[in-house]
Amino acid sequence: MNRMLVSPRDLRTSSDDSLVFHSDDELSLDCGRVLPPFEIAYQTYGTLNADKSNAVLVCHALTGDQHVANLHPMTGKPGWWETIIGPGKPVDTDQYFVICSNVIGGCMGSTGPASLDPASGKPYGLDFPVITIDDMVRAQACLIDHLGISDLFCVIGGSMGGMQVLEWCANFGDRVFSAVPIATAPRHSSQNIAFHEVGRQAVMADPEWRGGRYIEEGTNPAKGLAVARMAAHITYLSDDALHRKFGRNLQNREKITFGFDADFQVESYLRYQGISFVDRFDANSYLYITRAMDYFDLAADYGGILANAFKGTKTRFCVVSFTSDWLYPTRESRAIVQALNAVAANVSFVEIESDKGHDAFLLHEPELFDTVRGFLEAAKQKRGLPSTPRGRT
Amino acid sequence: MTVATFEERAAQAPAQPSQPRIDLLLIAGMVEPGARVLDVGCGTGELLKLLEEKKQVDGRGVELSQSGVNFCVAKGLSVIQGDADHDLVNYPDQAFDYAILSQTLQATRHPKAVLAELLRIARHVIVSFPNFGHWRIRWQILLHGRMPMTWNLPESWYETPNIHFCTIRDFRELCQVVGAKVERSFALSPYGHPLGTNVPSFLHNIVAQQAVFLLTANAAAKPNGG
Repeated sequence: MNRMLVSPRDLRTSSDDSLVFHSDDELSLDCGRVLPPFEIAYQTYGTLNADKSNAVLVCHALTGDQHVANLHPMTGKPGWWETIIGPGKPVDTDQYFVICSNVIGGCMGSTGPASLDPASGKPYGLDFPVITIDDMVRAQACLIDHLGISDLFCVIGGSMGGMQVLEWCANFGDRVFSAVPIATAPRHSSQNIAFHEVGRQAVMADPEWRGGRYIEEGTNPAKGLAVARMAAHITYLSDDALHRKFGRNLQNREKITFGFDADFQVESYLRYQGISFVDRFDANSYLYITRAMDYFDLAADYGGILANAFKGTKTRFCVVSFTSDWLYPTRESRAIVQALNAVAANVSFVEIESDKGHDAFLLHEPELFDTVRGFLEAAKQKRGLPSTPRGRT
Repeated sequence: MTVATFEERAAQAPAQPSQPRIDLLLIAGMVEPGARVLDVGCGTGELLKLLEEKKQVDGRGVELSQSGVNFCVAKGLSVIQGDADHDLVNYPDQAFDYAILSQTLQATRHPKAVLAELLRIARHVIVSFPNFGHWRIRWQILLHGRMPMTWNLPESWYETPNIHFCTIRDFRELCQVVGAKVERSFALSPYGHPLGTNVPSFLHNIVAQQAVFLLTANAAAKPNGG
């Protein structure tokens, strides 16, 4: 738990490999404050076609980033969604121009709490304004404008990425031809908020957090952040998946030690998840992004009626959930589908049988791949994009 | 909602795309090009695919079996998992030009309410169903005193998902009850061909194995939601 490869200070400048969009404009935020000119770090894959009609925006989840389909510059691991995005994959980078940007509030190069506050010349820390999913999406829209793309062929994402997809459709519906919200919800439930609060309290209880001023003070609330990640990680898995993977197996020992070492494999696994997370994530970003998710309640912005968020939508939707996802269970996706039906939207809804829990959307799930490929292929025909050469699908 | 399960239907479906079923072609023939269509109980999407290809419709499907839904979506069809008895209420009035209930009415819990909902959400409703008045069925009950089993209704009474059978005459009466106007109707032979004009209509309830009705909401009568 004490290992620390990267200091929080390093996190601010760790995205050398990414493109950076510098906004010259301020961004008015939902909290009433204004974000001074900001930056968005992003990656692109594939080629934008002549009429700019093949752009796919991928929205990342809580701890994701812009490195969706390339080796991660800090961890050296494959991109977080290389299962689905790449040449010949369901989101085929030979056909689509794929964009993935780090959300504002993030820590991989986009403006966030670890960035310098122009007012003080110091890292923002908790002076960074509280942001919402809506704010993230409006910042992304500035990036899309900057790229000269008037409308997106598809916006796709899972979990918090799915919330951004929904927000895109609600706010910029006429700029979204098709949308794939996966393993997500139209609002954060009480249970979702509760888990996030545990994580935030773990971070803030770490004496090294220093009221959020740890960068200036040269400390690192790594232990608190690791505990937050451990707790959250459990919610991404299912009981069955954990049991299948670890059971009650012991970690490198014959019998229990009657102590508090990681006797069990599952403990060792969680500790590793926690430690490896703090190497690549900023503790304050974790606070801000979890808060943004907690505040997400799409219907609340539309008079309490979710369907109103999608009124008159022309977007083609494909909603996907997983049977064992208890963090964003199928009933949440069904609520989205019902709202879309209420406005007679073009919607597909697939629930995929999986015992891998919420994380299933990031894993090898052939039915997810078939769904996304089939949906995009049909959307492409409707959009008049050239169809896939034979032999590729 | 499916009469047969998805797996059974998929097993029955020909391996190579051949001629579509005649009853599906007949239904497709009733649909205006470019219409907005909801196919309730769309199974493996055979009719929706046909309608998209032949009539360029804006088609949606509802299917009970999740495997059927996933199969359809992977084929590029817009289909959701759902159930005629519970999920039609979510759609706004007159959201579609056509709502189609193909071989599904008899498997619903509340056929009257389902038909009323369909008339609310679509300008035209197309219903096809097996005719329980067919002479073979009458014969089996009359002669053997047993619940009938035929090639298109192959399940025994304790296994069949079909819980609300009706005859053509029964269905016409239901149309009156819910305020549906019959625009067109076809009685089909066991092979799915419309019966010729040489078969007098009073015999349809005896010799037709299936029927297809095109309905509209009768403006004069107030539909009864049941």
